[in-house]
Amino acid sequence: MANSLFEEKLYSGTFLVTTEVGPPKGVDVSELIHHVELLKDKVDAINVTDHQSSVMRFPSLGGCLLVKELGGEPILQVTCRDRNRLALQADLLFAYSRDVRNVLCLTGDSIDVGDHREAKPVFDLDSIQLLKAIKTLESGTDMAGNELKSAPKFCVGASVHPEADFIEPQLVKFDKKVAAGAQFFQTQGIFDLASLRRFMQYASQFNVKILAGIIVLASARMARYMNENVPGIIVCQAIIDELAAVEKGKGLQKGIEIAARLIKAIRDERLCHGVHVMAVGNEGIVPEILEAAELAGVSR
Amino acid sequence: MIVAEQKPLEAIRQMIAPYHRVLILGCGTCMTVCDAGGEREVSFLHSSLRLIQAKSGEEPHIFSEYILKRQCDPEFIDLLVDKVSDVDAILSLGCGIGVQAIAERFTDMPVLPGVNTSFMGMAKEWGVWDERCAACGDCRLEDTAGICPITRCTKGILNGPCAGAKNGKCEASKDMECAWILIYKRLERLQQLEKMRRYYPPRNFRAVPRPRRLVKKVSVGAGESDG
Repeated sequence: MANSLFEEKLYSGTFLVTTEVGPPKGVDVSELIHHVELLKDKVDAINVTDHQSSVMRFPSLGGCLLVKELGGEPILQVTCRDRNRLALQADLLFAYSRDVRNVLCLTGDSIDVGDHREAKPVFDLDSIQLLKAIKTLESGTDMAGNELKSAPKFCVGASVHPEADFIEPQLVKFDKKVAAGAQFFQTQGIFDLASLRRFMQYASQFNVKILAGIIVLASARMARYMNENVPGIIVCQAIIDELAAVEKGKGLQKGIEIAARLIKAIRDERLCHGVHVMAVGNEGIVPEILEAAELAGVSR
Repeated sequence: MIVAEQKPLEAIRQMIAPYHRVLILGCGTCMTVCDAGGEREVSFLHSSLRLIQAKSGEEPHIFSEYILKRQCDPEFIDLLVDKVSDVDAILSLGCGIGVQAIAERFTDMPVLPGVNTSFMGMAKEWGVWDERCAACGDCRLEDTAGICPITRCTKGILNGPCAGAKNGKCEASKDMECAWILIYKRLERLQQLEKMRRYYPPRNFRAVPRPRRLVKKVSVGAGESDG
């Protein structure tokens, strides 16, 4: 039996669509609720980010509970930046107890890119050790070898960066994540399908599901900003040029068009098993993108 | 070696304000090599403090100077005994270890830190030092081609790079090389990439409970032993 609705879909052969929401800075969750309600029936699961870009926010776990309450399927993003192994294990036990069963294991951005730059970076574990820790919990003990009173069971994922400018060590890490038990991967933003094709030639030897990350850009300026400031993200020049060519105020429309085009191509070519749409602050437009990519229907 | 930098003059001035007679104490080992607290820096700091004092018209301090070969070694600290009998405080330009060693020896004497101890590192070029060792107590340089991921990766992770690097530079600073890319390239050159493919479990922080103590095990084979 599947551990979650998302895990069931993962192995159903349908083209998967996930997206993500960022919790608010503060306690007004109305916008988060609005986005979850808008998205929950249009995607297979909704990731809730964990202090994305090292900016302190309402917690991922709290966001996941909200998604659950609203009838959606959450994916808990867990980074190793802010919690040691005790806190990580405890959060996972709690998540399971509240029916949050999908977990995306991430190392986490550096403290230095966020808004609390004087904070102590934890990184007691890395993403691979976190994946292993989950497998350990599932086996019925904690990381110290102590027996658990009933063990959790998760559907676990990780990230991979097919467009990294030096791919070899990323592939080594990908292998290690697979070996550590990752069932699905949501990739860093894909802008050039050639790199995704190359990556899939490699990744298809493994029995894991790959969801291509699609970042929705709202302007050429945003693309350049991300290239300059967001860890790992590399928007190719062709996309920047395309965004720069539109008249002022039409950037987001162009961004939606580009995202839909990429998604449609991935879907039509069956390049990988699905897409993960990251609208970074423009979550409301995700349905429009899926519509434009002809993915809005139930059967994919 | 240990690398430090001298505190700003204003901070030092405020720190010594309550004390009339101040011994400026240099250290002849690491602090001399990293230009933070050797003979030259002691002399320069002494002159600067006197100059500030002359300009401000405050009640003048009486300064004295001394350089210990090593502030962290009891054998040398004994040499200080007659230097401190007529001072009200010691301004140590030793590293944090030196300051504490002096404070432990002279229980009634305020000992003030004149430098900020930064890290263990090496000189890269004139006036530039780079951190290289975190003294984690569990050296794994054999597995990482002689490049320390704990010190040189901003996240100190053990199983390969995060996905944040661009052009080989770390996401935390465009001036820093990604340690894991360096490790990968060097392992490749050494034909030891299998070391990168291994799984490394979480660090054992219990190996290094703080404060740490190292007790030398007497080596019988080396000749004379304590029995």
